[in-house]
Amino acid sequence: MSIIRTEQLNKIYDEENIPVHAVNDVSLEFEEGEFTAIIGPSGCGKTTLLNLLGGLDSPTSGEVIINSTNITNLNSREIIDFRLRNIGFVFQAYNLVPVLTAKENVEFIMQLQGISKDKREARVLQLFEQIGLKDRLNNRPGKLSGGQQQRVAVARALASKPKFILADEPTANLDSKSTNNLLDIMLKLNEAENTTFIFSTHDSRVIERARRLITLDDGKVISDKK
Amino acid sequence: MYTLIKIAWRNIWRNKKRTILTMLSIILAIFLSLFTRSMQLGTFGSMINNAVKLSTGYIQIHKKGYWENKSINETFSQTSKINRTIEANNNVTIYLPRLESFALASSGEQTKGTMVTGTIPYHEDKLNEYSDKIIRGKYLQSDDKAILIGDELAGFLKVDVGDTLVLLGQGHHGVTAAAQYPIKGILHLPLPQLNKQLVMMPLKECQYFFAAENRLTSISIMLDDPELLDITSNEIISGLSNEYEVMTWQEMNKELVQFIDTKLVGGIIMLSILYIVIGFGVFGTVMMMTMERRKEFAIMVSIGMRKYKLLSVVFWETLLIGFVAIGIGLIIAYPLILYLSQNPIPLTGEFAESMKSVGSEPVMPFVSKPAIFINQTISVILLALIAVTYPLFFILKFDVKKAMRS
Repeated sequence: MSIIRTEQLNKIYDEENIPVHAVNDVSLEFEEGEFTAIIGPSGCGKTTLLNLLGGLDSPTSGEVIINSTNITNLNSREIIDFRLRNIGFVFQAYNLVPVLTAKENVEFIMQLQGISKDKREARVLQLFEQIGLKDRLNNRPGKLSGGQQQRVAVARALASKPKFILADEPTANLDSKSTNNLLDIMLKLNEAENTTFIFSTHDSRVIERARRLITLDDGKVISDKK
Repeated sequence: MYTLIKIAWRNIWRNKKRTILTMLSIILAIFLSLFTRSMQLGTFGSMINNAVKLSTGYIQIHKKGYWENKSINETFSQTSKINRTIEANNNVTIYLPRLESFALASSGEQTKGTMVTGTIPYHEDKLNEYSDKIIRGKYLQSDDKAILIGDELAGFLKVDVGDTLVLLGQGHHGVTAAAQYPIKGILHLPLPQLNKQLVMMPLKECQYFFAAENRLTSISIMLDDPELLDITSNEIISGLSNEYEVMTWQEMNKELVQFIDTKLVGGIIMLSILYIVIGFGVFGTVMMMTMERRKEFAIMVSIGMRKYKLLSVVFWETLLIGFVAIGIGLIIAYPLILYLSQNPIPLTGEFAESMKSVGSEPVMPFVSKPAIFINQTISVILLALIAVTYPLFFILKFDVKKAMRS
């Protein structure tokens, strides 16, 4: 059963002057537990599509339906709340709150959701066990390597038990060892938590591991392979 | 809320130098404003004290209509009811019955207009320490038939202790008041006007001179706590009949009040300028702290943090900078001002002489009223609240996806 569905999704920038069709009539479905990479040349609309899926941008036309909720109809406050409870994000950089420790960063998302302290503690320990950073709980991001920061970002994204995680070029700033490490952990968590992962990426190491590849060009889906 | 304040507290120390510099500027502003305000209010307090002690008292009772014309015909008897009304008030320390009127003083070929004041020598001395201000001769006793005069008056009339002065004036109900009195003492008083005009004699003798037996032109009242002036005045008014008027020192010293008000306003304007300058510094810091974290804000909103929570973090950052600076500023300023209020700075040289000439002790007085500290604290908090308006608008309006790309 699909958890995300887009219907004839379009995003056009600067409609009045020189319109740029960043996302062009995209209709896709994503199911639970997918590990999908959206690939394509720079400027093909990968990030725009991810932003539309995550409610960070609103489409020019079309719909994004997540678990029967049409997020394109939500107002700004509702979409923030929706993201908090349903969508996890891993960005290329600046993922973590610099002044909070790794543990506090992961806990933070659960505090925003109003989860009790006991449940937060248990979930944090579980996730840090899974990402292999139990000994880094009390380190701030400045004291973690790039790869470790991204692992904590993945843990934070999963902490809220979202329906899916959107990862926009999460490996772009990492060396190959850190990248492989991170991706293996993400794959493991994908299987353990059955959480859908959707990547926007150029990285061949992500592409190798993805079980579904969606190729975009000029905002259009030109191939969708499983 | 605790987590948001924790984030705010840690955020302000991300750039230690900038935060410390901003705090130092606020601390300096607080210190300077407390110091100058304390000194200003201390100086004005001293001026008021001198005017009140040497001249009007804090409150005066007259016959209704006396103050407009100050005529010897507008006198009243000192009744036991008046005494009881005054003595019943816990805030009254001393009250001085006086009879005052104009008379010409003459010696040889010299004649000058003077203010003849009949008073109770013992009480007058207790209040104003006139006996210490005698430069030649002796102080009065209550049964003396003699006078004290100011030293400038003595100089003009070319008289000295032991000489006789002829006084000529209008007595009660048009009776001619004429007599001659030996000069028992010559005073040097802090107020130059008094030095030029004052002729002082015992109350009974003055009443006899003006044919105003048992009559008074005023009763001057001194207070223990001047802050309760209006309350005390109202209590006295309510105890007296309509034939009397009760006036406060402000009503009787309108020029002094205007002078002080003008200086106070000037002081407030100077402090406002200081705070505006400091405020721009704080605003600049807050603006930098906001602009350099656009992407961070965007990510926090992306993961599900509502904008109002983000705003509260920034709000707390600004307030915390203010609170820490206020705390340190008060810790530095308060003990110093407290010490100076009890140990005023002694003045020397020409400045000291000029202070003495206007009746003030040659010291720089300070006050340590709680209101001074509270007002400065409120000013800094207001400054912080104004500074936070920029991030308020920025966060409410900012576009997440644009900020992510920045």
